[in-house]
Amino acid sequence: MVDRTGTPLVEMRDISISFGGIKAVDHVSVDLFPGEVVGLLGHNGAGKSTLIKCLSGAYRKDAGQIFVDGKEVEITNPRDARTHNIETIYQTLALADNLDASANLFLGREITTALGFVDDGAMEAETRRIMGRLNPNFRKFNAPVSALSGGQRQSVAIARAVYFNARVLIMDEPTAALGPQETQMVADLIDELKRQGLGIFLIDHDVHQVKKLCDRAAVMKNGELVGVVKVDEVTEDDILAMIILGKKPEHLAA
Amino acid sequence: MSDTARPAQTPRRRSLIESLEIDTRLLGMIAAFALICIAFDLMTGGRFLSPRNIFNLSIQTVSVAIMATGMVFVIVTRHIDLSVGALLATCSAVMAMMQQAWLPNLMGLELGHWAIAPLAILAGLVAGTAIGAAQGWLVGYLTIPAFIVTLGGLLVWRNVAWYLTGGQTIGPLDENFQLFGGINGTLGTSWSWILGAIAAAAAVWIVFSARRAKISHEFPVKPLWAEGALAAVFVVLILGFVGILNAYQVPIGRLRRIFEARGETVPEGFSMGYGLPISVLLLILVAIAMTVIARKTRLGRYIFATGGNPDSAELSGINTRFLTVKVFAIMGFLCALSAVVASARLTNHANDIGTLDELRVIAAAVIGGTALSGGLGTIYGAVLGALIMQSLQSGMAMIGVDAPFQNIVVGAVLVEAVLLDIAYRVPAVRPKALLFHLIVLPILILMFFGALYFAVSAVAAVVLGVFFKRKGVL
Repeated sequence: MVDRTGTPLVEMRDISISFGGIKAVDHVSVDLFPGEVVGLLGHNGAGKSTLIKCLSGAYRKDAGQIFVDGKEVEITNPRDARTHNIETIYQTLALADNLDASANLFLGREITTALGFVDDGAMEAETRRIMGRLNPNFRKFNAPVSALSGGQRQSVAIARAVYFNARVLIMDEPTAALGPQETQMVADLIDELKRQGLGIFLIDHDVHQVKKLCDRAAVMKNGELVGVVKVDEVTEDDILAMIILGKKPEHLAA
Repeated sequence: MSDTARPAQTPRRRSLIESLEIDTRLLGMIAAFALICIAFDLMTGGRFLSPRNIFNLSIQTVSVAIMATGMVFVIVTRHIDLSVGALLATCSAVMAMMQQAWLPNLMGLELGHWAIAPLAILAGLVAGTAIGAAQGWLVGYLTIPAFIVTLGGLLVWRNVAWYLTGGQTIGPLDENFQLFGGINGTLGTSWSWILGAIAAAAAVWIVFSARRAKISHEFPVKPLWAEGALAAVFVVLILGFVGILNAYQVPIGRLRRIFEARGETVPEGFSMGYGLPISVLLLILVAIAMTVIARKTRLGRYIFATGGNPDSAELSGINTRFLTVKVFAIMGFLCALSAVVASARLTNHANDIGTLDELRVIAAAVIGGTALSGGLGTIYGAVLGALIMQSLQSGMAMIGVDAPFQNIVVGAVLVEAVLLDIAYRVPAVRPKALLFHLIVLPILILMFFGALYFAVSAVAAVVLGVFFKRKGVL
């Protein structure tokens, strides 16, 4: 069971952001506790990716507050998010296709020698070490990531997110492009990270998957939060109803 | 996240190129360059590869090659700089005016004062860097496309140069300044040998220290003989180049003048080689510095990452806007450096200096394998590209090809280089590329060698075409 008595790892309070008059996210509040996985659900365009990009620094919120460990923080760009140990695995993976795995893993945070030059040897060694744990079959350390398979690229993106002592992990449809075996590995990884006390926001379309992996589910529709429910108190149909109709299940509505 | 289990690879003999781990693309470029040199050498009866011509070729290449190294960064980040020729002119004008007007008249330094050349060069470098940075700011922060900013810059800076000098040719430039021009500033034979030896030793050290670093991280390394062969090739190339430059003798008339200036006469049988020109040394240093930036610094890493995927670079916390400013500032700095070499070589600043250089520079970078789609490119490729273009140009001039044909060929080679690059990467294009060559080559042969050879090659092309058609290649 997740302990929700202390301070949440992350709290997003009353977040709003609009693009040219359209309210993509409208006064949404979500929180996340250590060792917890919160699923974000909703149709395409419901605002879940936009909400999460305010946290990862890709977008700037128009209004609202973000608290990390109970302290208000200002996140205006991806660097800010990283300094608060908030890491993101984007749906597009956000890899530089022309660079190799270790250059991507350390992009923006290169290991440098005493003279300030990038230390490719050290970075490749670290990459080999972490990939040995995440994806033991990974061999192509000197090829540009464009030459890798979908699963291999995904593992590079995941390695990048977990290597730098992430405390909050944002995963935007991490299994969308993966086969069943690879999906299972992501599920195992989420479990392991949970045990280590990370908080994870998981954006997913698959209600079944969310039921299985998440502790709570936050459902959004048209930029508004329909509700946050504990997944073991609701059925898959309840969650579907929230997504489609925008209504909280009756036994919890009160 | 697992790979599908693949069958255990049967160990097979690695081919020579695989063992050496040489970039096949680089090899192709070197082969093309060698072919051009040998062909021109045969056609000129050995004059093309004479020490004198190699010396000239290398000093003619410097200006464009220096700028081409900067253009690699610009193109890799998916931008373009059309203003480099005009920027060179402005920097050259600033430096010429510093020497001839501003320093003597405003600061009271008399002509020939030792401080004139350094101050002039400093002013030029500052001007070039500042203008480049300003253009980069327009591109990066105000998000105006680089094509537009630098197209505007082409007109602006060409005419700022004109305005600064009133359209006059400014010269002669300071004696010390002229040392950067090539023939007026060489290291002499002994210093050239010393530098060559140091460079050769450094090359060997780099090859083996890279190997040691790999071993210390327990990465796979290539066989020792391959490293040794590679190091040997570097040593031979470096010392060979120095040897050739040293073999170019100072003409007797010039020797007499040098000795007369000292109040002596030339001793019987005395001779003196030119050695490494300072401008060529400058290019080598620039190329090394730019390669180090590209491969070994965060700046270089970010330049290539941004070119490969601007969004991912941004999401990785890279400040891509400021990066654009830096890239254009480097380009501006290199334009100023090229301006030193170009105007010193001409011994004066003329109003049309650097005209059309933007096209030569872009062509050199592209021939050298820089992809306009961004993310790909090498410094040595750009230098080699500049060398290939200059070789074509002067080789054709030596065998007496008409001026219009010279430019037609250079233009065609640019397109050809990109076509070959695409054919190398995209197999589907290869048949069409082959067909294209079967049509174009006989026409080129007609232009160079006349009707007889055209007839022979046209027949050969048709026969080859039919052959490939039967084989199903076309």
